[in-house]
Amino acid sequence: MPHSIRLGAVAYDPKVVTIWDGFQAFFAAHGLAFDYVLYTNYERQVEQHFAGAFDVAWNSPLAWIETERVARARNTRASALAMRDTDCDLRSVIAVREEGPVRSLAHLAGKVVGVGAQDSPQATLIPLEHLAQHGLLAGRDFEVRRFDVLVGKHGDHVGGERLAAQALVRGEIDAACMIDGNHLAFSTDGSLPRASTRVLDRTGLFDHCNFTVLDGADAAPIARLRELLLGMRYDDAAVRPLMDLEGLKAWLPGRTSGYALLEQACDRSRWLAPFLRSMGAA
Amino acid sequence: MRRSLALAGLGFDRGAGVLLARELRRAQPGDELEITGSARELGLHLAAWARAGGHALVEGRGGWALRFGPSTQARRRGAQRAGAPEPSSVAEHARPCWGLAARGALVEAGGQALGFRLDRAEEIWFSSAAELYRAAAAAQWDPSADIPWDAPLEHPDEVEDALVCVLTFLIENETAALLVPARFATQVHPHFREVVQLLALQAAEEARHIEVFSRRAALRRGELGLSTVGGQASLRTLVEEPDFARAALLLSVLGEGTFLNLLAFLREHAPDAASAEIMRRVAIDEARHVAFAMAHLGEHARADATLRARLAAAITQRHEALRASAGLNEEVFDALVLLAAGSFDPEAIAQGHARVQELLGQMDAGRRLRLRKLGFDEREAAELSGLHTRNFM
Ligand SMILES: [Fe+2]
Ligand SMILES: [Fe+2]
Repeated sequence: MPHSIRLGAVAYDPKVVTIWDGFQAFFAAHGLAFDYVLYTNYERQVEQHFAGAFDVAWNSPLAWIETERVARARNTRASALAMRDTDCDLRSVIAVREEGPVRSLAHLAGKVVGVGAQDSPQATLIPLEHLAQHGLLAGRDFEVRRFDVLVGKHGDHVGGERLAAQALVRGEIDAACMIDGNHLAFSTDGSLPRASTRVLDRTGLFDHCNFTVLDGADAAPIARLRELLLGMRYDDAAVRPLMDLEGLKAWLPGRTSGYALLEQACDRSRWLAPFLRSMGAA
Repeated sequence: MRRSLALAGLGFDRGAGVLLARELRRAQPGDELEITGSARELGLHLAAWARAGGHALVEGRGGWALRFGPSTQARRRGAQRAGAPEPSSVAEHARPCWGLAARGALVEAGGQALGFRLDRAEEIWFSSAAELYRAAAAAQWDPSADIPWDAPLEHPDEVEDALVCVLTFLIENETAALLVPARFATQVHPHFREVVQLLALQAAEEARHIEVFSRRAALRRGELGLSTVGGQASLRTLVEEPDFARAALLLSVLGEGTFLNLLAFLREHAPDAASAEIMRRVAIDEARHVAFAMAHLGEHARADATLRARLAAAITQRHEALRASAGLNEEVFDALVLLAAGSFDPEAIAQGHARVQELLGQMDAGRRLRLRKLGFDEREAAELSGLHTRNFM
């Protein structure tokens, strides 16, 4: 019997359907019957992963931590099967206006810091954790201005970061948080006009999404999925458009060493508490 | 290979990406690039740039070492040329995977094929296409500037009515003549670009004819003439003809060829200077449309002995299809007589009538001459010309 597998993913953009339909065709051509279920938010996806609605989750880093913690509370284990090359070693920055008064982290006291979506690791949780580790607590030492776009999508959508960058340029906020790739994109496309802003500080490195599986899942189809993913070559014209859409040049074996900063952010902000409680994992 | 790139003060906010892209274009997987530069966020941006491209970046003393990843040049591997740029070496068969690419471009593999119905040189290509396009592009004119719209209109009202009746007929014919090349322009593989360009230009010229005829018709009258069932039925067979060669024969060789005589007649008998100039200029355009079809069909008839029989069948079939229709609108016929007569004076009408009979003879002679040039013998040409629609187009 051919292997079959079901994936859970979040529909943060209409292209998600194109992507997974493409993977479905690719896997089918290699003897793996693949289907997927889309969710509007990661919390529902994590909940349904434990309910057995699908075998593998395409998880944001925050959804990974949620899954990992629920698994631990239930005496089971989650593991990261694979990730994109572009999910590794990311960094966020805190940008300020070139001519503004903020010359060091300490100058952020009493100021307004713009962040992305409330649940965005790169544009909110990790930068705020970085500031906290330098003694600056959101709400106590500085004001946070949220640019919430699509909460539940864990910041997969770039919208909030761009809005924060624009507000910074217009002088409506004193600092804006964003991932390095967006800082590059906004600098190149002029959203951050040249010499109008500068990077005040950079966070440490962190990792992004992964394919997550729970212990007890059927091992053979999962091994086949991993084998097919790691075997995808950007040289192959048949899969290159898919890899371009999904934003990677190669799949790498999953690693979980890049989530420490986000773990610390979650612990400090207690952001996950309500969700973990609802899952009986508080 | 190992190269170095000195960016000096240039950052990504001022175009450093252009220089990196240039290095990327000439690199192979595994090549190394030493980068130096002093722009403020260069390191941050290089890291993001390298990650997105699947390259490895190491920060060292005074700069960065970039090692190009395995995806470097991936887009060029397996890519193929969409033929060669010169018209003299067009492909026999333009491939669907070339899609919209310029002739001679390097086409990345893996794209979705874009099929075109007319993708074989033997169906649509002919050697003088480029030359005909250049001549046509150089011969365009401006309806606003090139027609003496202010010239006096001193002829009787009834002559104006006759002219409006003929213009109404012409506009309807020009509309069919626009739709046919416009439709084929979307079906010819872009590899045969000169043919697409000729078709597009021809459609644009017909649009101009619609414009000048409509504008002239409105100069003195608020209403247009009669559009008949028979006239539209005749044109419909052209608009619906799916075969490129058959459409070229029916529309251009026979229809527009017949119009050359009609336009010359209308120019000679135009009641005003604007109409005369319109007919003169439109006829020059139409002569090119006829020449396009003659060049294309002539070349193909020489190469393919079966083509003439198919073309003859097209004429016969259209004749059969139109057997039950009324043919030329009687009002148009009478209007042509009145235009040639200039008045309802019986003697003038007799002369006008004789002139229209003469016109019909000239039209037939013209069709026979063109059919002879396509290789039909005298008897066939006479017979086929006789089967041409009485609606002229
Ligand atoms: Fe015309
Ligand atoms: Fe024409």
